[in-house]
Amino acid sequence: MSWMAWTLPTAVFFAVIATILVSMTVWEIRSPCIERKGLLPIATTRGDRLFIGLLSSAFFHLYIVGFTTINIWVALVLSIIWLISVMRWG
Amino acid sequence: MNKTQNNKAWFLVLPVFLLVAFSAIIPLMTVVNYSVQDIFDQNNAYFVGVEWYREVLQDPRLQDSLLRQFMYSGSVLAIEIPLGIAVALMMPTRGAMASLTLIVLAIPLLIPWNVVGTIWQIFARADIGLLGYVINGMGIDYNYANNAVDAWLTVVLMDVWHWTSLIALLCYSGLRAIPDAYYQAARIDRASNWAIFKYIQLPKLKGVLIIGILLRFMDSFMIYTEPFVLTGGGPGNSTTFLSQTLTKMAIGQFDIGPAAAFSMIYFLIVLLVSWLFFTTISQLDKDKTKEISHES
Repeated sequence: MSWMAWTLPTAVFFAVIATILVSMTVWEIRSPCIERKGLLPIATTRGDRLFIGLLSSAFFHLYIVGFTTINIWVALVLSIIWLISVMRWG
Repeated sequence: MNKTQNNKAWFLVLPVFLLVAFSAIIPLMTVVNYSVQDIFDQNNAYFVGVEWYREVLQDPRLQDSLLRQFMYSGSVLAIEIPLGIAVALMMPTRGAMASLTLIVLAIPLLIPWNVVGTIWQIFARADIGLLGYVINGMGIDYNYANNAVDAWLTVVLMDVWHWTSLIALLCYSGLRAIPDAYYQAARIDRASNWAIFKYIQLPKLKGVLIIGILLRFMDSFMIYTEPFVLTGGGPGNSTTFLSQTLTKMAIGQFDIGPAAAFSMIYFLIVLLVSWLFFTTISQLDKDKTKEISHES
């Protein structure tokens, strides 16, 4: 795997993403989700909400890293809270 | 209609998944890995965390080219979409002229990017090019190699020349798909041409227009070859767009780490825009199904 230039943090990052995707699949098979409308302006499925949560977290991280001096771990914690909120109430 | 649910069918998607993984996902993961390291050669790579991201986000050169990129995509869309619709509305609907117009409109689409760049590079030259010479002959000082505004106008004009046909052809096919009954109803109501356009043609074109806008946005947002051949990014940096800045960084200066970090940001922007368009399209489809179920 040396040609892919892995580092521990990126490996953990992708492992977490892969785990989320696999567990979402299992969850979907166990109890198929029904599209619903929550706080977000459009009706979303579980997968939509995950995507929205992850993409907005990515942009939030970029903002924190590029334009503030706040520690990136703060961004991570806030993003996790945001992701869970979107999944639950979005 | 009841469709048979068979989740085993997903296994048929496996070959495609493997191909995409090989050609897109694994390279993308490698880019992420590069973006957090300072790489000197294959055996000398040092982890730097999010340092490259901070650096590229604060780099005025990149901010400028990102801004230029949005301005370019915006102006290209603002011209090509209305112009394409207008061309489609004016095209003959039947007979030999219809076929001839279709062929003429398709020609720019068949020309490769670098050739389009070369055509315009010569066409717009003030000394020997037809366009440049005529403009200068009319007493207007025009030189795309020296003047930033002229260079911008030429690059935008070149894109309009190359791609308006795509919008026109898409809209033309959309217009032909409108049943005659709508026009008959409009005639009975004595609707004006503007009313027909506003209440019949434009709403019916929504679907093809969204696809057209998406295609043109993506293409113009990633443009490289045409401005590179035409102006080489100059004068100064005035027509240096994102992909050119990125290529210079990655291949010219061999700054793989910052270039990878910037590629990720570029990717996220493209992903966001595509998602917005996709959501709009699927939302429109949903509204349409709702309408149909109401009618029946």
